[in-house]
Amino acid sequence: MTLKELRSGERGTITGFVEEHAPVRLLEMGLLPGTVVEVLRLAPLGDPMDLRVRGYRLSIRKAEAALINVERQGP
Amino acid sequence: MAQSSGQAPLPRRIVLAGNPNVGKTTVFNYLTGLKQRVANYPGVTVERKSGRLVGAPQVEVIDLPGTYSLAPKSMDEQIAFDMLVGRIEQVPDVVVCVVDATNLERNLFLVTQVMDLGLPLIVALNMVDAAEQAGMTIDVQLLSKALGVPVIPTVARRGDGLDELRAQVRCPPPVAEGWRWPLMPVVEARLPALAAALEVEDFTDLQRRMESLRSLTEEAALERWTDAPRFVAAVRQAQEFLKGRNVPYRYAEVAGRYQWIKPIVHQATKAHRPSDAPSFTDRVDAVVTHRVLGPIIFVALLALVFQAVFSWAVPAMDLIEEGIGRLGSTVRALLPSGWAVDLLADGVITGVGNVVVFLPQILLLFFFLGLMEDTGYMARTAFIMDKVMKRVGLNGRSVLPLLSSYACAIPGIMAARTLDSERDRLITIMVAPLMSCSARLPVYTLFIAAFIPSGKLFGFADYQGLAMFSMYLMGTVMAVIAAWFLRRFVFKGSEGYFVMELPPYRRPRLRQVLLRMVQRSQIFAVRAGKIIFTCSVVLWFLASFPKPGPTEVNTSGVAAGPAADSVYAAQTAEIHSSFIGLLGRALEPVMAPLGFDWKMSAGIVTAFAAREVIISTLGIIYSVSEEADESNIALRDQLKADTYPDGRPVFTPLVAVSLLVFFVFALQCMSTLAIARRETGTWLWPAVMWLYMTALAYLFSLIIYQGGRLLGFA
Repeated sequence: MTLKELRSGERGTITGFVEEHAPVRLLEMGLLPGTVVEVLRLAPLGDPMDLRVRGYRLSIRKAEAALINVERQGP
Repeated sequence: MAQSSGQAPLPRRIVLAGNPNVGKTTVFNYLTGLKQRVANYPGVTVERKSGRLVGAPQVEVIDLPGTYSLAPKSMDEQIAFDMLVGRIEQVPDVVVCVVDATNLERNLFLVTQVMDLGLPLIVALNMVDAAEQAGMTIDVQLLSKALGVPVIPTVARRGDGLDELRAQVRCPPPVAEGWRWPLMPVVEARLPALAAALEVEDFTDLQRRMESLRSLTEEAALERWTDAPRFVAAVRQAQEFLKGRNVPYRYAEVAGRYQWIKPIVHQATKAHRPSDAPSFTDRVDAVVTHRVLGPIIFVALLALVFQAVFSWAVPAMDLIEEGIGRLGSTVRALLPSGWAVDLLADGVITGVGNVVVFLPQILLLFFFLGLMEDTGYMARTAFIMDKVMKRVGLNGRSVLPLLSSYACAIPGIMAARTLDSERDRLITIMVAPLMSCSARLPVYTLFIAAFIPSGKLFGFADYQGLAMFSMYLMGTVMAVIAAWFLRRFVFKGSEGYFVMELPPYRRPRLRQVLLRMVQRSQIFAVRAGKIIFTCSVVLWFLASFPKPGPTEVNTSGVAAGPAADSVYAAQTAEIHSSFIGLLGRALEPVMAPLGFDWKMSAGIVTAFAAREVIISTLGIIYSVSEEADESNIALRDQLKADTYPDGRPVFTPLVAVSLLVFFVFALQCMSTLAIARRETGTWLWPAVMWLYMTALAYLFSLIIYQGGRLLGFA
């Protein structure tokens, strides 16, 4: 599954990227294979997403989240 | 920590680097004692903040734009990178990396990149107090040892640790040698061959290695080497090799850095509370970015800001207006009458005064925007608005540049630099001047006050207020349409991405907010000083010369007592025959379909230098020949009283509306064109901007005036 499919409050571990050319910015912000990501909430209009990653808050669009493969973690 | 030996030569240039929102500017202000200069980088004409180190004026301190990475994607990052590698100006002698102690992992990413540049480096570990509050203690000594560079804990807001930092920068540490973070061995093994294929002489070994790795992992970096085919071929070959073995080499560099950082942070940080407990920021965001409450709060805040800008500024504006009036009459009283006094009083004082009056509103707007930025709320507006902005072809981050443009398009256009995508940035720049800026306000105010009846709709909505609001609305709606059009037909292709940090909420620092407010407003004030001053002087000459022939002057000579009409005729004749009169009359045929007479035509043309000049022009046209008459009737009443030779009024409400609409859309501002040229690097975009906006202005004025006449309005 991809990060886009995680719901608010859920966590996942990044397993890789859908395309070979993942935006470098996502990597630089710390979204790398093995990183745990928590979806905090969605913006009022449903997009973008508000994430917690490496102890800080990051917002990305669902279009970018759909490029990131994750494995859902238990609660 | 090293103590100043007093013998080592002082560094010449200190550069401050760091992520956005880490308190870099506060550190900079402390190091330079607030005496700083905002100028341009040589060659690239991009804003550059620099100052002199307190206690050592020969040392220059430079504040780089906040960046997440040195692999440039936005314009800001490009500048930071070019500055650090010496591509603009010389290579710095010391780099101070300011990092946020509460967010160490991601902040250290940039630090590892700066380390790779092989420059003396000091890390300022800022906001250690906030880290403590969040339940983390950082072992500074351990961190410093693991990183191999001096680390100084600071709380920049309170000034803690900054004296140590100031002492430390005076005797920079030795450069830590070598390459410290690990790379996947299979990727590592490719690099020597690539570095050897890179035929650039002035690169150090470290730079060769860096460039090889970056070109291997990042397509955009490789594309820059079109003039080095041997290198490109070698990189392609290495890529094929790695692909064949299923190596995720694309993120080898980033992963290597984080892999090195993570255990360091882990060891150096002692958490004495679980970090999962909702923080203050989490609780605020539960409300502020709430599905229903979030947008309501956003709109309410905007309404509050505009209400404040329009009502709180009034007393200050009245005061300035009064002061300018008094200054004008004092000048007239003190100096012997003559053309020099006319020039000073009518041209310079009135012209510059008409603009300075709007300074309180600009200051207030920038104050509120600064407040929104400093607290961290601005990032939330981008978060809330992104979906809407995306739909019309913009980006959530365009909100700040567009809001700033309500004050002045120039800082708005410059603020677009933070956008990652070049396409998003260009579209934002292209539509920013449609937001009604404060230079349009004097025009709106004058014509609305003169021609829109005061009175209330349904007992509460003031007509004049509604008219003012619709000016702002029209510009904003058109900006949205223009953005959509540009995205759809001009800047086609996939939209840029939106990756944005939501910083923790922080108490705003009044000093910072005020400082930024003053810096931004300076642009406006300088403009008032230079352009408006020059225009006023030139205009005054154009309106005063050539003087009419003796037969025409004759009439005013005998004008005594009741012959007021003939005085007026003489005045009109005088301005009519001046250069400005000639210009206006030449343009009248083009402007007549919009309802404008020669005086307004002259006003509009001169206003292409800067919008508010139309007021000076009309002021000069209507007052230039009344020097005998001291009773200075307000321009508003003169406009109302003016008639065509056949007795029809020159200004009707319909003409006024047509003129207002013209000013909503037309790009009448040389400074905006100049800044757009600077920021886009070509005259093409400013030219397109000017053409499309002016065409819109003409078209809408035409529709309104001709349509209005068909509907039977005068």
